[in-house]
Amino acid sequence: MPLSSATRWRLQIFLLFALVLFMSGAPEDRRLSIYSNAADYSLTVQPRQGVDYIGLLEVLEPLETVTAKTNGHHWKLRCNSVEGEFTEGKTQAKVAGTNIDLPASFVLENGRGLVPLSSLTTLLPRFLGGPVTFHEASRRLFIGNAAVHFTAQIARTNPPTLIVNFTAPVNPTITTEPGRLDMKFTREGLVGPATPTITFDSKAIPAATFQEDNGGAQLTVAGTVPLMASFSNDNRTITIAPPQAAASAGLGHAASVPTSPAVSSPVTPPPTAPSSGTPSSSPGPAETHHFFAVIDAAHGGSESGAALGGQLLEKDITLAVARSLRQELASRQLTALLVRDGDQTLSTEQRADTVNAFRPAIYLCIHASTQGTGVRVFTSVVPHGLSDQGPFVEWQSAQAQFLPASQKVAARLGAALQALQVPVHSLPAPLRPLNSIRTAAVAIEVAPPDPATTLSSATYQDSVARMVAIVLAGMRDELEAGR
Amino acid sequence: MIPRHLAIAVAVMLAVALGMSFFVWRMRGRSSAGEFAMSNTAPVAPPVTGPTEQVPLYVADDDLGALRATAAFIPLTSARQQRGEELLRALLSVYSARSSHHALGSGSEIRAFYLVDPGLAVIDLNSAFADGHRSGVLVEDLTVASLARTLSANLPGITQVQFLVDGKPRDTLAGHADLSVPYDIAAVNQLAEQLQAGQ
Repeated sequence: MPLSSATRWRLQIFLLFALVLFMSGAPEDRRLSIYSNAADYSLTVQPRQGVDYIGLLEVLEPLETVTAKTNGHHWKLRCNSVEGEFTEGKTQAKVAGTNIDLPASFVLENGRGLVPLSSLTTLLPRFLGGPVTFHEASRRLFIGNAAVHFTAQIARTNPPTLIVNFTAPVNPTITTEPGRLDMKFTREGLVGPATPTITFDSKAIPAATFQEDNGGAQLTVAGTVPLMASFSNDNRTITIAPPQAAASAGLGHAASVPTSPAVSSPVTPPPTAPSSGTPSSSPGPAETHHFFAVIDAAHGGSESGAALGGQLLEKDITLAVARSLRQELASRQLTALLVRDGDQTLSTEQRADTVNAFRPAIYLCIHASTQGTGVRVFTSVVPHGLSDQGPFVEWQSAQAQFLPASQKVAARLGAALQALQVPVHSLPAPLRPLNSIRTAAVAIEVAPPDPATTLSSATYQDSVARMVAIVLAGMRDELEAGR
Repeated sequence: MIPRHLAIAVAVMLAVALGMSFFVWRMRGRSSAGEFAMSNTAPVAPPVTGPTEQVPLYVADDDLGALRATAAFIPLTSARQQRGEELLRALLSVYSARSSHHALGSGSEIRAFYLVDPGLAVIDLNSAFADGHRSGVLVEDLTVASLARTLSANLPGITQVQFLVDGKPRDTLAGHADLSVPYDIAAVNQLAEQLQAGQ
């Protein structure tokens, strides 16, 4: 029976509506994300009788040379020189000659071997010969040291700015909604802090929350004002601030839009800037003048610095001294920012970028050593013959203009420490990132005061920090005038 | 009463045992001396033909945290590149001495030394030098200044010194001293002056 045109029209609308309903109701693919130094990739999880399974060959293929062979109900997998034997329907497998119990039976489908997802933590170390970390709830698997860490710190500018530093370049999808800015990390093995919510002492940006789900991670920044994200430092730093602050700061590259009114706008970060480029000489915002000092605890993360005897590492001592110095300065009404306030790996370029972005009155880089005794104060060895190009400052000699101020600080520190009977040396040293710092900059190497006292002595660390803080407080006006 | 032949036999056996002990003790001594010789991987300078000259070497002293200018008598050729190589080897032999106040890691060696026009000197250290070097700002500062200053004092015309490790660029010597860019001799001399003043 032929249908009237009105009926056909209604039928088409109904079919379209049904299709939309079907699409919106389609279950989301359950993904397993794998992060390694060789490759980052994700695979679809295969549910079988209420248990999550994954193809073992697909997991290993991007990482190593793998071959698989089916023989009846038996499935053999060879990964480099390690051989694994699995039997369909059995919960016991053999890898490298060792019997392994699987949490559910092995599934063989058309020559494809599926293992329970939760067995990967047992199987992969045997095939790959290294540790793996599996976040089972969010289905994120980290092989070796592929995890990306981050730190988040509020800069007390007006309006305040949240600076998130990552240990590797990141490229999240950023969306904004009233009251929040979301950063979704699907390609990066981002891992969160010990507590999922980080709170800040700021009314405009009170907190950030980290969560993992379905093979991805998300960092949500709560804000009582519209927020905008900008990328800098080779995509290792994301600065989140109200639009006017981010625009006036000129920090990196703008990567999002204001939130008001309610919009959800995915944004792709711009191409990365060269990390070894010259720092811009254009003045930063007035707000970034807030910190009197930026303190840099040298080393950190995978870069331990010198071994100082026993379990003592230079990176731990430098952080302890830096924290103590921040406290001593704060007690003298001098604000200080730590470049790292945890165990993160940061390049010297990242450190210099952070310092130059904040334009403090003084930069102090803390080192520690068991060689000799006392305290050494170092200033930069600036290469000769390098010149700035127009408005661009030469990266390797950015310190040149500030070297007299740095030498003055070093001399004053030396004299003050000497007066207190502390063995002290004031010297130049070819030490990064001093050359690239655009303010008065000194490095302080703390050695034990005498052979009987160790560097781990909190009393000694505090006394050095106190002496440095006293000298800097005495030079406050001079240093403020010099920036 | 012990029979006479038995007493003689015991005496002979005691004498043999004592003799063997002495022999084993001597052999053991020789063996450890041989082991020391095997483990001593200090570089051996190739024979150099040429007149012996008095040259200044700038030697680091960890105790003082300073450089000391010391006079050394070493045979040197007139060829600048070989001359530089000999100077660096002489400096390393000072550091490998037991009385050195700035010990370097075992097996530390200069792999090569090049002079590249115009005025760039390239010091190629072996990996044992960098990997075995103690980590610290001052101790690394002293090593770099000692090598560069010794060259600049004895080879006029050098304007820059670049350090390589196993023929490749390296960020730092042992975590601190920057090796990523060439050192200006003017800056090195200034650094060395201040390190000498630290005595």
